[in-house]
Amino acid sequence: MIQDTLTDAGDDLVLGGEKFSSRLIMGTGGAPSLEVLEQALVASGTELTTVAMRRLDPAARGSVLDVLRGRGIKVLPNTAGCFTAGEAVLTARLAREALETNWVKLEVISDERTLLPDPIETFDAAERLVADGFVVLPYIGDDPALARRLEQAGCAAVMPLGAPIGSGLGIRNPHNIELIVEASGVPVILDAGIGTASDAALAMELGCDAVLLATAVTRARRPDLMAGAMRQAVVAGRMARAAGRIPRRRYAEASSPMTP
Amino acid sequence: MSHHFDVLVIGGGVAGLSVAWRAARRGSRVAVADPDPGSGASHAAAGMLAPVSEVTYTEEPLLRLGLASLARWPAFAAELTEDGGLDLDYRAEGTLDVAFGSDDLTALDELAAFVDKLGLPAERLTGRECRRLEPMLAPSVRGGLLAGGDSWVDPRRVVKALLTALQRRGGALVRSRVAGLTADASERITGVRLASGETIGADLTVLAMGAWSGDLDGLPPEAVPPVRPVKGQIMRLHSPAPILGRCVRGVVHGSSVYLVPRGDGELVVGATQEEMGFDTRVTAGGLWELLRDARELVPGVTELQVRDVVAGLRPGTPDNLPLVGPSAVAGLSLATGHHRGGVLLAPLTADLLLQPPSGEVDELRTICSPLRFQEHR
Repeated sequence: MIQDTLTDAGDDLVLGGEKFSSRLIMGTGGAPSLEVLEQALVASGTELTTVAMRRLDPAARGSVLDVLRGRGIKVLPNTAGCFTAGEAVLTARLAREALETNWVKLEVISDERTLLPDPIETFDAAERLVADGFVVLPYIGDDPALARRLEQAGCAAVMPLGAPIGSGLGIRNPHNIELIVEASGVPVILDAGIGTASDAALAMELGCDAVLLATAVTRARRPDLMAGAMRQAVVAGRMARAAGRIPRRRYAEASSPMTP
Repeated sequence: MSHHFDVLVIGGGVAGLSVAWRAARRGSRVAVADPDPGSGASHAAAGMLAPVSEVTYTEEPLLRLGLASLARWPAFAAELTEDGGLDLDYRAEGTLDVAFGSDDLTALDELAAFVDKLGLPAERLTGRECRRLEPMLAPSVRGGLLAGGDSWVDPRRVVKALLTALQRRGGALVRSRVAGLTADASERITGVRLASGETIGADLTVLAMGAWSGDLDGLPPEAVPPVRPVKGQIMRLHSPAPILGRCVRGVVHGSSVYLVPRGDGELVVGATQEEMGFDTRVTAGGLWELLRDARELVPGVTELQVRDVVAGLRPGTPDNLPLVGPSAVAGLSLATGHHRGGVLLAPLTADLLLQPPSGEVDELRTICSPLRFQEHR
């Protein structure tokens, strides 16, 4: 099997110096219950899951953090809900203290309607967090120039959006995602906008190193089923990327001889 | 005071008091131990009895419980009004779920389709139809779903009535903190030890301490219920005349809010859901989000007086279903883990614990059984 070949070749995602065999990173927002969330996370096969640290007490018993720890999934704290670099840096530091991890998914939003990331605040926070010893994974728009600057600033990955958070609109500008992938020396993680499995597969076909999603699974009618679909879609997209797609043609080309 | 009872309930919230009162009505000798009855989640709760308008994917079992309990509410309310001598402000005019933006309307249509598929009674309304029912709604409300069977009640009045009703029916109220459980040589729970050192014996002890149910001293590990506190901030506004005729729930740009009117002009606006442990601080951000969304739906709320702001702790469980029934240890039953539905589920909770075996009740008992988490231990 090609899948095994990829695995045998050591096709791990290397992020911040750590290896992950799953290239699907999950978020936890929007799940109706912890049990449903747990089933979905298990079905997704994820090894890394991001948790919003605002309005979460890391010491509280029975929280989502307990679910992740119980399943051996690495916790990636995020700064969702922050509007300024100052808030994001503070949130990241509190998370580092509470969770004993120096990883952070940096998310600084510009407004509540679109939840689009604010590039200037994000860059400012990224610089400060890198200087402070964090492994910084910034959520950004699909902007190749900003992605390059964040890589130069020392971020461990870049996380361009496919579409606004929770919108399920898929990848609105595949061309920009390709440009980011081409130029990037750090992993590119497609973050936000995934609506269904084909979106996740497309992200991987475009050359992304991993996909991060939450709502597409947690708000599905059957979250566990969608999680399994996403798991396979990421693998399928990765395999297709490695296999190489055929060129697009205007007219048909017979795959078997047409003339005797 | 006798120091032995048939049923001893630890925790005087709506759930515990309902079990105690119903047991007393059946002629059992009953006591409730709580230093400050009704001061927990029951004090914060809005009292929506709205299983239809709150249904979500993956939660059909919770819906079944909610519908079964909603069906019990009219008789429960009538009997409690009689025994408690107090109007509960129990009302059954339905819940109107409204959508604000186009995305919210799409979500509402999906909810309407789901509700319809489940065969539940609900009516899809246009924005104008919503505003004919509720003229104070913002003109920008795009559409709604009227769950005509949903009801509501004032939980603070329910607690007051239950306390009176319990005592009228011969039940005892022990206003003391329970320090721990007592057990006999065979590890059967035999009652409680109070903070004063005094003990109270009972044939059946019922743990109904809400979010605190896992923290009682003397609980054998296998009987510790998997509950966690889920913080909810909620505010009570007041106007001279009611500005809504029924409960209104809305999604405003993806964020949920509800408004519950009372006969005396009170308007309850709730509620946040936060995983903050045992934290009951009221925050600026929590209130701002409630008011922001409430004002979008009903612009007139900004003119109302703020009477009360409070943060309560819901007893959440991993699957959002309550823990009602015999625990893993003899002599101890649970009536906890009701999360967002404690008031709605109170009549059913009492029936599940007190009624003899029968088809419908037994099926619901299975859903609520505290033993369902045993395999995970």
